[in-house]
Amino acid sequence: MKVAQSIRAKLEAAFQPQHLVVEDESHRHAGHAGARPEGETHFRVTMVSPAFAGVSRVDRSRRVHEALADELKGPVHALALSLKAPGEGV
Amino acid sequence: MSDPVVFDRIRQDIKDNDVVLYMKGTPVFPQCGFSAAVVQVLSHVGVKFKGVNVLTDPEVREGIKAFANWPTIPQLYVKGEFVGGCDIVREMFETGELQSLLKDKGVQVTAAAAQ
Ligand SMILES: N[C@@H](CCC(=O)N[C@@H](CS)C(=O)NCC(=O)O)C(=O)O
Repeated sequence: MKVAQSIRAKLEAAFQPQHLVVEDESHRHAGHAGARPEGETHFRVTMVSPAFAGVSRVDRSRRVHEALADELKGPVHALALSLKAPGEGV
Repeated sequence: MSDPVVFDRIRQDIKDNDVVLYMKGTPVFPQCGFSAAVVQVLSHVGVKFKGVNVLTDPEVREGIKAFANWPTIPQLYVKGEFVGGCDIVREMFETGELQSLLKDKGVQVTAAAAQ
């Protein structure tokens, strides 16, 4: 759970989300390119944060990529993102 | 730093083709679920696109990430402009924004896609 925990901690610090789910989907990609036997390579983040209000889709993702730059350079091979401002629905 | 040669190739590709998808595998044989999902959306919308397989070209695979300041594949470009990856393309398809974007940019879609 180490990678998932650091993803969660970094996102909480950077975006003060109202809603945050970090799912490890690595098991669904076992054996694929980029998968490691120990897992923690494929993640899905669902987040609602006021920081995204008035920010374009591409820029929302870029901000998350920046906050998770170390993870993306390291263990994280794939990252699915659903990023919403409050009131946009999850 | 970044390799200008590969940037030139990318610029040429997205200039010569209205819609370009940098992907893993080919439109017929996508080799990643994220790439496959975008191919499916584009086919559904009925837009012609050029698929660039980054798996056969490591230089493009890394180059396109630096080019767009976007660390993952797939990447969709319309009229030279970066639109997004799989999550964004899917969301824009569901809200109809993708179809509007193509229309606004004057990209032709087939009749079947109009509905
Ligand atoms: N959230 C991304 C998901 C795509 C993704 O995570 N791609 C990964 C796995 S295919 C990737 O490109 N990793 C870097 C690499 O393989 O070079 C999207 O919407 O496109």
